[in-house]
Amino acid sequence: MKRLALLAATLFLSTAALAVEPQEMLKDPALEARARDVSKGIRCVQCQNETIDESHAEIARDMRILVRERITAGDSNQQILDYMVSRYGDYVLLKPRFMASTLILWFGPLLVFVIGGFVVASRLQLRGQAVAPLTPEEEQALASLAEASLSDSGDKAS
Amino acid sequence: MAETPATAPAPKRWPYVIPLVAILALGGVFVKRLLDIETGAVDPKLLPTVLISTPIPDFDLQALPGRGQALSRNDLNGEVSLINVWGSWCVACAYEHPVLMEIAATGEVPIHGIAWRDEPAKSLGWLAKNGDPYTRVGQDPASKAAIALGVVAAPETFLVDKQGVIRYKQNGVITRADWEHKIRPLIAQLKK
Repeated sequence: MKRLALLAATLFLSTAALAVEPQEMLKDPALEARARDVSKGIRCVQCQNETIDESHAEIARDMRILVRERITAGDSNQQILDYMVSRYGDYVLLKPRFMASTLILWFGPLLVFVIGGFVVASRLQLRGQAVAPLTPEEEQALASLAEASLSDSGDKAS
Repeated sequence: MAETPATAPAPKRWPYVIPLVAILALGGVFVKRLLDIETGAVDPKLLPTVLISTPIPDFDLQALPGRGQALSRNDLNGEVSLINVWGSWCVACAYEHPVLMEIAATGEVPIHGIAWRDEPAKSLGWLAKNGDPYTRVGQDPASKAAIALGVVAAPETFLVDKQGVIRYKQNGVITRADWEHKIRPLIAQLKK
């Protein structure tokens, strides 16, 4: 039982392999939570596809510490993000800002959805036309075809 | 002969080509980008520098022990200067170093160094071994100045004008060609 508990502990507690080291963390859990939150929105400039919260790069570590210093100094989350953007550009944000050059990012999916909607709607309309009622001439032609085929099969059967 | 019944107009075929063309175009864009990276025309790791034409941010760095002059924002007023971010741990910096020595030897521009994320003893050892092209050197052990300058990876070099405005930034090693064709002419222009 003890072994099992140990195994469970190793399996479930070891998943928190954090880049954030204990000595970096703030004592106040609320401020630390804010720091984690802000860090998750900042891209590591060296490793590029990681947040500074996840990255083991040294520059990411220094950026994490800077984030914590700014929080302690009383900066708002937005002020910290603005500072990072003023140093590294919009690139450093993992969530792109809402502006002219990012409109396609924000509205691209909606645009695709609307275009797709139009395509589907026009398809459905075409299909609707296909089942329009037959004209009297068509009815007649159909009736005569059916008659012919019936008499054909009748011939074979007899 | 009976009249042929009117058939519904055949659905247009050409719209089916649109997805194919779109996919091919997208593929073309990707292939172009890959080729550009392959040939070195584009470096995906290079970040755009937002600080060009802005005043150099404030920083105040301690001197290396025993080497004299420290480096702060206020030391940069009144003359054109180069600021080189380096570290004794940085392999590319060793490659760049002879060029910095040559630039220093021309006496055309002071080069200030930011010893980034380094131990003072190691920085001093490096300078003793490879030569010291720097006028002032400041220590930046916790990346304070580096982050303020938007530094990503050493070496990086900033060209600052007399008013303390960043005019140019070299990402990575300064080669002789960079010095001769880009930086030297810019300095001559800024000195006027």
